[in-house]
Amino acid sequence: MAVNSQPLDYERLLSRRVQEIKPSGIRKFFDIANEMEDVVALGVGEPDFKTPWVVRDAAIQTLERGRTSYSANAGLARLREEICRYLEKYALSYDPRSETIVTVGGSEGIDLAIRALVEPGDEVLIVEPCFVAYAPIVELIGGKVVPIPTRAADQFRLTPQALREKITPRTKLLVFPYPNNPTGAIMRREHLEEIADVLRDTGVIVLSDEIYSELTYNRRHVSIASLPGMKERTILINGFSKSFSMTGWRLGYACGPAPIIRQMLKIHQFAIMCAPTTSQYAAIEALRRCEENIHTMVEEYDRRRRYIVDGFNRLGLSCFEPEGAFYIFPSIQSTGLTSDEFCERLLYSKRVAVVPGGAFGASGEGFIRVSYSYSIRHITEALRRIEAFLEDLHA
Amino acid sequence: MNKILKVLEENARYTNQEIAVMLGITEDEVAQEIHRLEEDGIIRGYKTIVDREKLSDEYVSAIIELRVTPKRDLGFDEIAEKLAEYPEVEDVYLMSGGYDLALLISGRTFKDIALFVSQRLAVLDSVISTATHFVLSRYKEKGVPVYLLPKDERRSVWL
Repeated sequence: MAVNSQPLDYERLLSRRVQEIKPSGIRKFFDIANEMEDVVALGVGEPDFKTPWVVRDAAIQTLERGRTSYSANAGLARLREEICRYLEKYALSYDPRSETIVTVGGSEGIDLAIRALVEPGDEVLIVEPCFVAYAPIVELIGGKVVPIPTRAADQFRLTPQALREKITPRTKLLVFPYPNNPTGAIMRREHLEEIADVLRDTGVIVLSDEIYSELTYNRRHVSIASLPGMKERTILINGFSKSFSMTGWRLGYACGPAPIIRQMLKIHQFAIMCAPTTSQYAAIEALRRCEENIHTMVEEYDRRRRYIVDGFNRLGLSCFEPEGAFYIFPSIQSTGLTSDEFCERLLYSKRVAVVPGGAFGASGEGFIRVSYSYSIRHITEALRRIEAFLEDLHA
Repeated sequence: MNKILKVLEENARYTNQEIAVMLGITEDEVAQEIHRLEEDGIIRGYKTIVDREKLSDEYVSAIIELRVTPKRDLGFDEIAEKLAEYPEVEDVYLMSGGYDLALLISGRTFKDIALFVSQRLAVLDSVISTATHFVLSRYKEKGVPVYLLPKDERRSVWL
């Protein structure tokens, strides 16, 4: 039987703001890289360590006991208490009841914070190069993205001058991602103090994405929220993905001033109810019993970091010493190629996958992001292929 | 633990130069420290972990439990050191519990091992009894999984 049905114009139906978010141009590049055979990738953004067995085992046990219901919207009370206890190591003191919310990965915390604060027309400062999810979320709610480029000469740290120049009466939020993906930069206490000096006289809120806080080398991570006068103007984002190798569990948390957390919780409760309960039980175990695992993991990353930085510098792709996360950000300007060209040619001719720096913001152009979340043997093979690639280029 | 030992335990084939870079020390320091560890008998050797199932050579191994009579003054040392002399014997341990010594031995065939147990071990004066357990499959050896090659399921991303 024939049915009369009006054809739909999806483009007209769909939200204009959503449609204006363009899928990243390099997506295709990764689809190709991920399907190619015999690729030596240095492109991942997650640990190669498995989740510690005690954590996996704890999750299995809660499943066996059938503890599979929703939790409180803000997360299991016991988990929030453990999170606050854990954060004391960064000289932070949060109330588990009113200042802490368990989220679906750090990503959800970022989304909640931006949505809770930003109104159409508000300006959001984003330190670049950075993780690519901040800007689209701001754009989705009609906020104005104001990138603050950082430079290799400053070791990709945010400088007080650069910050001051971009603050206007409409500035609502500063997205502050350190230790940094993709550059591996960190902000030491003295650098944070300079930033705090600028911010204390303003109404700007800091969204401090500290997901890589456990992965610092040479020195301990310092949270900007721990500086005098900063806790009340900071939303701290952290999670279990990088520090406990729990990416697939999708579990993170946000801490901040109670009035902000209260509004974030509203969005969280209506959008997704609560973070996965199994993951929450696992996370309690991670916080209680995995300090030693973190220590071992950081030592291993540190060896790889020294090894790969040395390797790239030897190849003439100069690289400052990154002190955080598990990325290095070498310059490829000496090759005369754009970072897109460099990555594409390297992939096709030598089957090594690295990420063009331009993907993380305009200031990343001329650099590539190289992950050392791989075994030394794997890194050695990749370096060998890159060396051959550079020889071909110069030939 | 000693940092150099940790690296070598993971892979004994790293060059001194590579170890120096990884640990942020000089190549000379690495060489000196390894030399000291060898001189002091802390490092006793460097070996390869082989998945023998991938080779066509015949290979069988067994764990043998031995109950023995200890010697006055010498305890278990004398018999243990004697057993360690056999090239077929890979490991010798003195155990707590229901038996005294555990041996890991290997040969080309089951028969080789059976003969070794009956003709070499069982006949020794101090050996009271033996129990032979053949190894059927190996899954992990010296901390290295040998049952499958690990596969990296992570995808490259620009996030």
